[in-house]
Amino acid sequence: MFGFFSSLDCSLDVFFVEALLNGVLLAGLLALLALGLNLIFGVIDVVWICYAELVMVGMYAIFYFVQVLGLPLPLAFLMGIGLVACAGTILHYLVIRPVLDQPPINQLLVTGGVLFLLQAAATMAFGIEFRNLGIRLGSVNFGDMSFAWSRIITFAVALGAMILLWQFLTRTYIGTAIRAISQDRQIMPLMGVDQKKIYLATSAIGGGLAGLAACLMVLQYDIYPQIGLQFGPLVFMICVLGGLGNMVGGFVAAFIIAQFITIGGSCVATEWGYAIAFLFFMLVIFVRPQGLFGAKS
Amino acid sequence: MITQKHISWAIGLAVLLVLPLIIKQIFPGTDRYYLHLVIQILIWAFIYTGWSMMGRFGLTSLGHGAFTGIGAYVTVMLWNFAGITPWIGIPVAMLVATIAGVLVGYPCFRMRITGHYFALLTLAFTEFVRLCIVGLRDWTGGSLGTQPARYGDGLSLYAMQFEPNRVLAYYIVLAIWLVGLIIWVKVDRSMDRYALDAASQDEDAAASVGINVTREKLKITALSSAMCAFGGAIYGQYQMYIGPDTIAGLGVSLNIVFAVIAGGIWSLFGPTFGAVFTQVLAETLRVGLRGSETLSKLLGQSALALDTFIYGLLLVLFIIYMPKGVVGTLAERWKRKARP
Repeated sequence: MFGFFSSLDCSLDVFFVEALLNGVLLAGLLALLALGLNLIFGVIDVVWICYAELVMVGMYAIFYFVQVLGLPLPLAFLMGIGLVACAGTILHYLVIRPVLDQPPINQLLVTGGVLFLLQAAATMAFGIEFRNLGIRLGSVNFGDMSFAWSRIITFAVALGAMILLWQFLTRTYIGTAIRAISQDRQIMPLMGVDQKKIYLATSAIGGGLAGLAACLMVLQYDIYPQIGLQFGPLVFMICVLGGLGNMVGGFVAAFIIAQFITIGGSCVATEWGYAIAFLFFMLVIFVRPQGLFGAKS
Repeated sequence: MITQKHISWAIGLAVLLVLPLIIKQIFPGTDRYYLHLVIQILIWAFIYTGWSMMGRFGLTSLGHGAFTGIGAYVTVMLWNFAGITPWIGIPVAMLVATIAGVLVGYPCFRMRITGHYFALLTLAFTEFVRLCIVGLRDWTGGSLGTQPARYGDGLSLYAMQFEPNRVLAYYIVLAIWLVGLIIWVKVDRSMDRYALDAASQDEDAAASVGINVTREKLKITALSSAMCAFGGAIYGQYQMYIGPDTIAGLGVSLNIVFAVIAGGIWSLFGPTFGAVFTQVLAETLRVGLRGSETLSKLLGQSALALDTFIYGLLLVLFIIYMPKGVVGTLAERWKRKARP
């Protein structure tokens, strides 16, 4: 017990640098996950507790398309993104819309019910076994350090998606309307923006981002029904740390949290990396409840 | 004066007192199983009642899975590794949970973290405690869980172990559950309840009339976390097994919140109804599926998840159509009918 204290000698060696860079790569994925959730919160003012479960649905869908239907991988990816985008829209239409005028906490809890529903549905359809696509992309070596290609691709795609979304939000009419609604919910309908349409569009984009995250995650992780519980809390933590609804804040927070996890994980043990990250998060929120980059309300 | 209310209370209590005999008459041979079901319902009903103390005042904590976990693990760890009897272990565990609750609660209430932020922050706390339990696997058995060491034949006052004697276990948890209800009523009738009600409606207005909002919230948090820790400890003593998935962690937190929402968060028997509802639903589906060959063939081993599926679906429907829960909605209807 406490044997790990003896291994707490993380000097600036190769392993430390490797952990640091792996943290940066992980941060890309986490930032992408946080982005979708932040977009939805910023616009609709609802936290999808089941966000990570939507990613899980996407992962299973891709698995099904490839392994059972035998579709080529790129097509399966596209269909997966489309499917989760539809799921996001349906979620908003059937579940969120009826509770929009209820207390905020009920809106959060209702998506918690969806969390149980999706997890159970996945268990019923695919069982509790760990599944994967069996894709091995190999890794690239720099001296003594090695990085999995899947992680590098994930990082690049996540970064690309974020830039694309930013372009969409700033350059198109609907993107501008989305940003406007997130700034003032009451005034926008007076300006001739259909709030309902914007909410649906946002849900679809949020779902699509979850689908994209699913595509990237099947390259790295095994699929199992509880995978959402592994990533979900982490993503909420990043969103709150960056300031709920603040997309740039979420991006920075993802990098901070990812460093805690990978460096903590390589110095001590994976759980302790996570535990320290959660502790750090709580301490920061006690001092700055609005998050690191949130505006004081 | 003896009113109708007193009579129905007395009848209810009398039925509960002879329940083991009734169960023995109706289900000879399988009475142990049915008693087990009732005991589980009562333990969870106590924990749910403990949560609803905070939940009804708008403090929607997702951190109570951590308190039940602390209660169960501290008690069992003290017993297994230091030989300290649960008679001391449980109060220590409750103290630890209360301190943890206050440590998390104080900054939250001072900084006025409410709503989403409070829920997500307490969620992080649950994850933190679960990860600590898993991380200390040399003691706690990690994610596989652990068992309290059996003392003699497993029936002992000193070790507070009563699992083999189901009838005794029933009366113990019945008493605990009743104490939980009494605490609920005491809180409901106290001045603190009005202060907290006011604070949950409008914190500034409450503060302006002289309510110390932070202190009131801390008091209820301390009570609620101590109750949940006690419930978790009793769960461990009865079940003789504790694992991070069954008694600590986010899954437990969510179960607590949802069972109470389904039952009714503002009523005395709401949490208890939530416990009856969730436990009976899970057990009927499990037994029903095992009994029916066509269904189990159709669904295979994944039938295990059917109860969670229905549970999740019902929760969504409850929150959309019955945000006051079953007991709350029924009570409201009944009141409306009674009034001309």
